[in-house]
Amino acid sequence: MTVTSPELVRLNGIEKHFGAVRALGGVDLTLGRGECLGLVGHNGAGKSTLMHILAGTAVADRGDLALGGEVPSSYSPGVAKKLGVRCVFQELSLCPNLTVAENARIFHPSLTGFNWRRKAGRLILDKLDAIFPGHGIGASDLVQDLPIGRRQMVEVARAFTVTDEPVRLVILDEPTSSLDAHTAGQLLGFMRRVAAEGTSFIFISHLLGEVLANCDRIVVMRDGRTVADASATAFDRDRLVAAMGDVEVHAREAHRGEGRARGKSPLRVRARPKRHSGVGELVAHEGEIIGLAGLAGHGQTELLLAIFSAAARAVTGVKVTASVALVAGDRQADGVFPLWSIAENIGVCSLASLREGLLISRRREDALAALWRDKIRIRTPDVHHNILSLSGGNQQKALFARALGSDARIVLMDDPMRGVDVGTKREVYDLIREEADSGRTFLWYTTETDELKQCDHVYVFRNGAIVADLTRDELTEEKVIQSSFAEAS
Amino acid sequence: MSSGSAAAKGALPVLGARNMPRLLRALLPALSLALVLAGIAWLNPRAISYFGFTLMLNLAVPIALATIAQMFVIAGNDLDLSIGAFVGFVGCVTATWLREAPLLGAITLLGCIAVYAALGALIHLRHLPSIVVTLGMSFVWQGLAILMLPKPGGKAPDWLLAVMKLKPPLVPFPIVAAALIAALAYVGLMRTSYGAVLRGSGGNAVAIGRAGWSLLKAKMTLFACAGLFGVLSGLALIGTTTSADANIGNGYTLLSIAGVILGGGEFVGGRVSPVGAVIGALTLALAASPLLTFMRIPPDWQVAANGIILITVLAARVLISRRDAEG
Repeated sequence: MTVTSPELVRLNGIEKHFGAVRALGGVDLTLGRGECLGLVGHNGAGKSTLMHILAGTAVADRGDLALGGEVPSSYSPGVAKKLGVRCVFQELSLCPNLTVAENARIFHPSLTGFNWRRKAGRLILDKLDAIFPGHGIGASDLVQDLPIGRRQMVEVARAFTVTDEPVRLVILDEPTSSLDAHTAGQLLGFMRRVAAEGTSFIFISHLLGEVLANCDRIVVMRDGRTVADASATAFDRDRLVAAMGDVEVHAREAHRGEGRARGKSPLRVRARPKRHSGVGELVAHEGEIIGLAGLAGHGQTELLLAIFSAAARAVTGVKVTASVALVAGDRQADGVFPLWSIAENIGVCSLASLREGLLISRRREDALAALWRDKIRIRTPDVHHNILSLSGGNQQKALFARALGSDARIVLMDDPMRGVDVGTKREVYDLIREEADSGRTFLWYTTETDELKQCDHVYVFRNGAIVADLTRDELTEEKVIQSSFAEAS
Repeated sequence: MSSGSAAAKGALPVLGARNMPRLLRALLPALSLALVLAGIAWLNPRAISYFGFTLMLNLAVPIALATIAQMFVIAGNDLDLSIGAFVGFVGCVTATWLREAPLLGAITLLGCIAVYAALGALIHLRHLPSIVVTLGMSFVWQGLAILMLPKPGGKAPDWLLAVMKLKPPLVPFPIVAAALIAALAYVGLMRTSYGAVLRGSGGNAVAIGRAGWSLLKAKMTLFACAGLFGVLSGLALIGTTTSADANIGNGYTLLSIAGVILGGGEFVGGRVSPVGAVIGALTLALAASPLLTFMRIPPDWQVAANGIILITVLAARVLISRRDAEG
């Protein structure tokens, strides 16, 4: 163990307020060299704020910070970088209009001179090869053309590239939420190897299994404070969840054991992926929750989008018999309207029913927003605040409210639970089940096996085709992984 | 080693699929230019000659320079509505002071570039919308131009006339000049290491700031480049027309924006292409008068016809890029 290793980071009594909201109320945190610290907590517990302070992108109202024994007089992202702090944040910090190599260059001011393009490309590709063997990314690929999983891989690899400044601490904030199980495993393995060589890590994840298996020490945050801090071996899943303040640790077995016989209720969606090689088509009936599984970026999102557009105009191979709403996965790009309030963001799919005469009724919009705020507990004092005042998970809840609040009979979900904490997930699972029982159909693309267990039926995708068709009883993680990786015969 | 090569093999089709739309995107501006050229060749084959191009493209050089100026501004997610009036003002300075008092003229033109850099600083520091600031500046430039040259007149300096009258062997001067402009802007913005930072500031300013770059400096650099190319555009314009008029550059604001977009640029996100922008400017210059004259469209209708051609070409671009986004 690395408990006795010399100390790298010391945070003392860090406080941070956003207006009237207290984000951090006096946090103490230490981190040793070569230590992997897991940081867990609900959405809005203050994890991201604390990491922004450590990275220099936010300034603490009160408290001290020491890095490697130094107490920097003024702290900024530049100083943090010089001292060896690197961050992979939830919001991607790549420039989409630049190539992979150019994004590496931007991170390293010393990459200049005649040959900078090749040097930068070599630098980032070497790291990608080291972390994600078989990544399939080229140095001259434009970031905007990469799917979100690969963008995340570039982002991660870039944080580890070294030119003239050392890497001493890497903050990974939900790095695996956009990655599939395979690449997430590669990243975690790499993290362990580099930690053994003396680099420290702070690892934030809502996948408690990952944290338990890969960290030396775990700190639990709740409401802007640390509430537990102990060696990872002292925790198990239930104790972590309990420390996070989530009391409802009920072991959920397959409820609705009898289920409803497939095909008894009316057909809602029949869709065939463009590539015909697999076992064929996806079928969904009223009141069903259908899972779309497989590795990230193997055609699940494309099929959801085809179904979405089929509701408006004819698309070959796709039949949809009811109205459709979509919960986007890339919430920064496709989800929120960043200039609008929470209420406006929720109401935008339901404008027809919010109308009074020719105008949108403010009263009805507010009523809808208030209803959903209470129903799925969006943590905000006022639904008229800007949507960006919410933490990431709560923004995602607002997007759920938008889809569920509309009159759509079919809800498409494009891996919407990225970076959402366990408690919120459970709430949303229950909500989805409730809505399905009342006749809504859900098509749910997810990379997490826990979520697939919520589904009535699961289709596994590989290379744009459906390669397996599993009922709820047949579903196991092994089967999904096996189908995802099986060689096309 | 073996695992690496196996991975590369597995990744190849994906890589190809990803770079295909990018290649098409890059080729689109050239395609629209070829279309307009084909139209001209079909209507009047004799126009496709050394002399024909020199004549048809004589105003293409200033348009290309103004388009590049606009491109620098658009690369930083801004828009310059004053470039036309600015080119007009530079033209007036060129036809008067630069000829009569070269030192004063040169200092004035350098001062203009400094004013552009200052505008960039103002827009960045005060978080002002660039459209408002540059719209205001367009009246300032226009007013100054009228003060300098109340009536059309003045005369271009002789050295400038000589430059614009160059007759290089084989390839007409406007084409050589356009190629030089494109190469210069391409190397500056797309190939230098600081160019990546400049474009990045349009793509994700927060990320650039976090990586430790000064966004103020980036914005000022972009605007200074726009000022520099605006000055060059004014010089080239007067070198071609030989005398100036306070309103001479007024059409250039919208032409330059259309040129950037036609060349594959986008209004937001730092997505611009210098080579495409120059090709877009050439396309516009050709579609503007020569094509229409050959089509025997009466002058009364030429402006409208010009607009229709522009809409057609832009619509085709959108259609093609949408197709390859789906395919």
